Amino acid sequence: MAWIEIRPHLVCCMTADRRASTATDQSAYLPAMSHDHSHHDHDHSELSETELRVRALETVLTEKGYVEPAALDAIIQAYETKIGPHNGARVVAKAWTDPAFKKALLEDGSKAIGTLGHVSRVGDHLVVVENTPQRHNMVVCTLCSCYPWEMLGLPPVWYKASPYRSRAVKDPRGVLADFGVSVPDAIEIRVWDSTAETRFLVLPMRPAGTEGWSEAQLAELVTRDSMIGTGFPRTPGAPS
Amino acid sequence: MNGVHDMGGMDGFGKVEPEADEPVFHADWESRVLAMVRAMGAAGAFNIDTSRFYRETIPPHVYLSSSYYKKWFLGLEEMLIDKGYLTREEVAAGHAKQPGKALKHGKFDLGQVERIMVRGQFARPAPAPAKFNIGDRVRAKNIHPTTHTRLPRYVRGHVGVIELNHGCHVFPDTAAMERGENPQWLYTVVFEGRDLWGADGDPTLKVSIDAFEPYLDPA
Repeated sequence: MAWIEIRPHLVCCMTADRRASTATDQSAYLPAMSHDHSHHDHDHSELSETELRVRALETVLTEKGYVEPAALDAIIQAYETKIGPHNGARVVAKAWTDPAFKKALLEDGSKAIGTLGHVSRVGDHLVVVENTPQRHNMVVCTLCSCYPWEMLGLPPVWYKASPYRSRAVKDPRGVLADFGVSVPDAIEIRVWDSTAETRFLVLPMRPAGTEGWSEAQLAELVTRDSMIGTGFPRTPGAPS
Repeated sequence: MNGVHDMGGMDGFGKVEPEADEPVFHADWESRVLAMVRAMGAAGAFNIDTSRFYRETIPPHVYLSSSYYKKWFLGLEEMLIDKGYLTREEVAAGHAKQPGKALKHGKFDLGQVERIMVRGQFARPAPAPAKFNIGDRVRAKNIHPTTHTRLPRYVRGHVGVIELNHGCHVFPDTAAMERGENPQWLYTVVFEGRDLWGADGDPTLKVSIDAFEPYLDPA
């Protein structure tokens, strides 16, 4: 179909020649009327053009004294090395082994996690929702990409992409099938659409066969997807 | 606004495709965009709701064909130009041509990094008592503002039940448009899947949204 062939070309030109002054004015994203495509080299990728534009923006922000590049480096380093699903996994493992902590966690997630010195600090309004034999929870943000960063790190691409955002609230069992998992038909599926500044973390069920395991051992079983509700914890003996 | 960003219940986007061992970023520029958005937001150039609105106003065909961080970049650049922090000429030249505008919280430097690793606070003192109690039946209003809202289309007009009360929070609908925080009560409202998707819907499905009080009528 023709539109498939012309789409990259359109995107390329649009992103290169946005001119208007307000975000609500669509002409900001349209090609310049006088733009001559004949001398425009379309061999370059959208990526490289984007890279150049991103570099240009950072240079301008730096020269104008708004940001210090080293501070940007530090933000990136934190998300690459410090903040990730291991934070959430420790919270889940603690809840599996400490009934008082679990009760506090389900009552006020932020407050309970705040008492754990070894887990990264967490902001307000973290709501922890418990999977039970009767109910399976799944978290989505249909409007954008809201996600409990402090517990799970930055969201994976699929969480932010159209297929998940569109289908999770309508066909969650179909979405789970895409992950290769299924939930018995008798179990309620509860989907939490993160439409405000609350954030949701799923507390999965503790796998059978883990009696007597330490918190650290249990944390190894807790996957990122099990805390979003698109997967389950690993079972003992299964490959990680 | 009724934009393509409001995706709940749309068909045709295909399968979810998880990526094994996915890296935090797929390219260096993605990480720079994330850091610039976080830094400029923390410096006070915009609030989180305004930044969401700018991404939502990216035209549908561009929105749907751009990667996640590309959308962040497009929204950021347009917003900073609109708010007077830089000019289109500077962006095109890749260099500053005039002094910067004062930022509410000053330059974003290394000393600021630690504080942004924890989410901002959105709870505010209540200006009035809550209208609804846990267990109340409510109907999501049938509203179609052309500005920013966090009431997704797929629940509008439907009846649900109040399950949680999260207290009073900054109201995104006004904050995004820079018309003030206008704090409102925030509730988790649960809908039956079949009420939303009809008789063919999954009978075991319940869907909740977090809804601000102005989105709801008693039912």
